[in-house]
Amino acid sequence: MSKKATRQAYGEALAELGRINKDVVVLEADLSKSTKTSIFQGEFPERHFNVGIAEADLMATAAGFATTGKVAFASTFAMFAAGRGFEQIRNTIAYPKLNVKIAPTHAGISVGEDGGSHQSVEDISLMRSIPGMVVLCPADAEETKQMVFAAAEYDGPVYLRSGRLDTEDIYKDTDYKFEIGIADTLKEGTDVTIAATGMLVHEAMEAAKTLEAEGISARVINVSTIKPLDGPTILKAAQETKFIVTCEEHSVIGGLGGAISEFLGETHPTLIKKLGIYDQFGQSGTGDQLLDEYGLRAKDIVAKVKENM
Amino acid sequence: MADIKMLTEKATQIRKDIVTMICKSKSGHPGGSLSAADIVSALYFNEMNIDPKNPKMADRDRFVLSKGHAAPVLYAALAEKGYFDRELLGTLRKFGSPLQGHPDMKKLPGVDISTGSLGQGLSVANGMALSAKLDNKSYRTYVLLGDGEVQEGQVWEAAMTAAHYNLDNVCAFLDSNNLQIDGNVDKVMGVEPLDDKWRAFGWNVIVIDGHNFEEILGALEAAKAHKGQPTMVIAKTTKGKGISFMENVCGFHGVAPTSEETEKALEELSHVECCNN
Repeated sequence: MSKKATRQAYGEALAELGRINKDVVVLEADLSKSTKTSIFQGEFPERHFNVGIAEADLMATAAGFATTGKVAFASTFAMFAAGRGFEQIRNTIAYPKLNVKIAPTHAGISVGEDGGSHQSVEDISLMRSIPGMVVLCPADAEETKQMVFAAAEYDGPVYLRSGRLDTEDIYKDTDYKFEIGIADTLKEGTDVTIAATGMLVHEAMEAAKTLEAEGISARVINVSTIKPLDGPTILKAAQETKFIVTCEEHSVIGGLGGAISEFLGETHPTLIKKLGIYDQFGQSGTGDQLLDEYGLRAKDIVAKVKENM
Repeated sequence: MADIKMLTEKATQIRKDIVTMICKSKSGHPGGSLSAADIVSALYFNEMNIDPKNPKMADRDRFVLSKGHAAPVLYAALAEKGYFDRELLGTLRKFGSPLQGHPDMKKLPGVDISTGSLGQGLSVANGMALSAKLDNKSYRTYVLLGDGEVQEGQVWEAAMTAAHYNLDNVCAFLDSNNLQIDGNVDKVMGVEPLDDKWRAFGWNVIVIDGHNFEEILGALEAAKAHKGQPTMVIAKTTKGKGISFMENVCGFHGVAPTSEETEKALEELSHVECCNN
């Protein structure tokens, strides 16, 4: 299987989008080589604006562009976009429903060596809580590309989180078509549902294979739109399988696990077990070491399923 | 040639509307609305290329009320300009009104950006101005900041951005009335020397009396003529300007006048005849 980081796919897609949509502008806060908006900048320097290390200014400047009819993408690391830029996003982008795409990279603990200060495990939670905000988290490069185009088509604020590490391809050379608000059932199953987002979708698929070999039928759903949550698909899974395991590179508070718990709590009370970060910060290490340490591997999913069967 | 008598009348009407609407809503921010009334009058009735019948006109000049709590001064100007029926002014801050406590661009025509959370307006203005430059459009973006507001760090991020991108299509006014909620600006958190600060950040700085129309209009002309840098007009103003018992009274930052006070205020404003004092 081939691999590509979703941030790389983001940068490439942005440049491709720039070729067909002249209203796209990209704003950056001194991380263009890391966020890969430098690819867009290389082709369209006149539409790429670096505001320096100033995330509050980044978000509100993007809002200003949007008021004039531009489709503004604003990128930095997830920690600084959702964290430092929260109130600007809330009041100056989302409150007036402006057409800004907040598209940070380096989400989650797989950021690795930079350590806990740079590992955003709260961004989904923060963004989900903002009225009207669409929250997207791609499983692989192909989905990232489609999300960039879908976000640009959508009129309103979108948060699109991507990661630093190379991620296994899920959708390469398939006829998959991403739609905002639609979760993709990658594998049918009748015993348990594994609902995953981001790079953990691959781990979920691996886990399902292992479980299958052991006689446990696992459904795998890629919940790449965390908000609005695909209620019908989640409800169907809750009705048709015994319990649900959620997997995310994010805190279990307020992320995918939180969203599914909130939804099923009201519609179809179901046992929900969460894989994610349990009320702690990350630390330095390789991305792989950290995914092992925080129990976000296929083997951890398998164990979680088996202990609840 | 600007008609200063007309502008004085407009500013007086705006001041009457400010006190009347805030009295009626029993909440709002009269002090900082009154201090900005002359600047806003000059912008809306002399300077800006806008059309109340076409509030979203693509090439219109933009106005960003960064000190969003001064919403009444904007609402009064928009009503006077004809964006909406002035009857609406009586609904300020009331349930269901498009005249929200702070300006909401989704609810009220003529509002170019929702504001209220301080410190963000200059960044928004920069985005509007960068977009104009990108598309070779000639519209200008005007911003009104408070002097307490510049305590927000983001203002200085935006100050750097505007200078870095040579945004000479941005003209900001700093409503320097030296009062904020907790008291005198210099007591709460000193911001002076404002002129030196903005100059050091790469701006063309003009210091004026913010209640003198000749000086306001002169600054607007000078800002347009100045190329390569954004312009900051530091307007020395009086909080509560135009109503004797409200002038320089910190308590009127965010407290509505009573009916008796409003009556007295309107009586005082009815004697405003002309020009600058």
